Amino acid sequence: MSYPDDLRYSKEHEWVRVEESHATIGITSFAADELGDIVFVELPEVGGGLTQFGTFGVVESVKAVSDLFSPVSGTVTEVNEALRDAPELLNSDPFGAGWIARVELADSSELDGLMDADAYAAETA
Amino acid sequence: MTEAPADALLRTPLHETHRQLGARLVPFAGYEMPVQYSSIIEEHRTVRAEVGLFDLSHMGEIEVSGDEAVAFLRYALVSDPGALVIGQAQYSMACQDDGGIIDDLICYRLEDDRFLVVCNASNRAAVLGHLEELLARGDFGATLEDRSERTALIAPQGPNAAALLAELTDLDLAAIGNYRSARGTVAGVECMVARTGYTGEDGFELFCDTRRARALWDAVFEAGQRHGLKPCGLGSRDTLRLEAGMPLYGNELSRDTNPFEVNLGRVVKLEKGEFIGRAALQAVQQTGPARKLIGLEMRDNAIPRAGYPVHADGQQVGHVTSGTLSPTLGTKVAMALVPAELAGIGNAFEVVVRERPYRAEQVKLPFYKRPRD
Repeated sequence: MSYPDDLRYSKEHEWVRVEESHATIGITSFAADELGDIVFVELPEVGGGLTQFGTFGVVESVKAVSDLFSPVSGTVTEVNEALRDAPELLNSDPFGAGWIARVELADSSELDGLMDADAYAAETA
Repeated sequence: MTEAPADALLRTPLHETHRQLGARLVPFAGYEMPVQYSSIIEEHRTVRAEVGLFDLSHMGEIEVSGDEAVAFLRYALVSDPGALVIGQAQYSMACQDDGGIIDDLICYRLEDDRFLVVCNASNRAAVLGHLEELLARGDFGATLEDRSERTALIAPQGPNAAALLAELTDLDLAAIGNYRSARGTVAGVECMVARTGYTGEDGFELFCDTRRARALWDAVFEAGQRHGLKPCGLGSRDTLRLEAGMPLYGNELSRDTNPFEVNLGRVVKLEKGEFIGRAALQAVQQTGPARKLIGLEMRDNAIPRAGYPVHADGQQVGHVTSGTLSPTLGTKVAMALVPAELAGIGNAFEVVVRERPYRAEQVKLPFYKRPRD
């Protein structure tokens, strides 16, 4: 299994794509597969603060409710409204159309605490 | 069942089959059971539109026989098994003295004085213990035999189930009506073929010897490929029964609920004579139950789940017993226990999800009824 190599990954199976001081976050295909059919996403508030490894929302599968843990600290600038009506995007395209939120990073050195694609692949093997 | 280390989970005879099919296995009632093979929603839809195949071999099967089998079961269950003709089955419950439900189950009449009680895997020991105690106490001329370890149960469920089985058996399936059964062979395997199920669709439950389980499953699975069959796990079993408004022990039913509270008063035959729990149940029937099981449909966007508080006028009045996103209807639905005086179709409630209230409205049960031709 290989994962997109332009992303960084957390142990809680979240990813972050960094573009300058802005970042996009989501859950990995590994997490989505583990959850099964995702039927509901509780998105964070725009303007809200995130703490690295703190909870920032909820994702629900048919059978279970799971917390979302942010891979970075910062402020939410945008959320993926498409997930409200189509939560299944997290299953079908977790790294692309299934992105969860855009974040203004508080501290880009936090990225050093995250895994690269190879390390994440080894972690989930 | 298959050998396993003493402290490990039990396995059905189809364990290897499930693994080969890529099932996600989870612990359930002491067994390792498939919760899904592909996707719960896909499996659910397949049962509604085509045919799904379930391994239910973990369930309990207790045979009751003897001159006083009828008298004994009349006393031990709330229904009247004496009213069954041979081959006929009835949904029933075993209750405590105070009317609390020990288990819900199906009672099949095999012969004049031989019955099969099929109960939940999680309550098999409790039901057996309860029956043994009543048998001894009442000194009935009947014997019990726990046949669970030797009985496998495979259930093809869905509109294509009959057409599929017709390819594998000489039994006249059209002659086996709802809640009826017949003995025969399916794909050369001796079975009791029952037209019962827990999905709200047409379907069958096939009881056979555990040593023939794999042969039966393989034959039904292979023939099923011509009928859109998918293997289905406990995940879809739960969403299917919930849509069909069917109760689940541990959620809607427990020793703290009586049949009248959960829309099962029709199963209790108070006039048949003395039975365990009769006095308590008669009292409930006369005064009316204090609580009622209702159907809720969410009006705000949140998924109700078992245990979530239910509010009315800002106060907690009850709780959700089961809830989900309905794959067939696309709505967020739940069953809940609330005070009887607050129940009414169209009444407004709130379900508290993660400490916030979300609006819900009482709707008629069941949420889904299969189209009849």
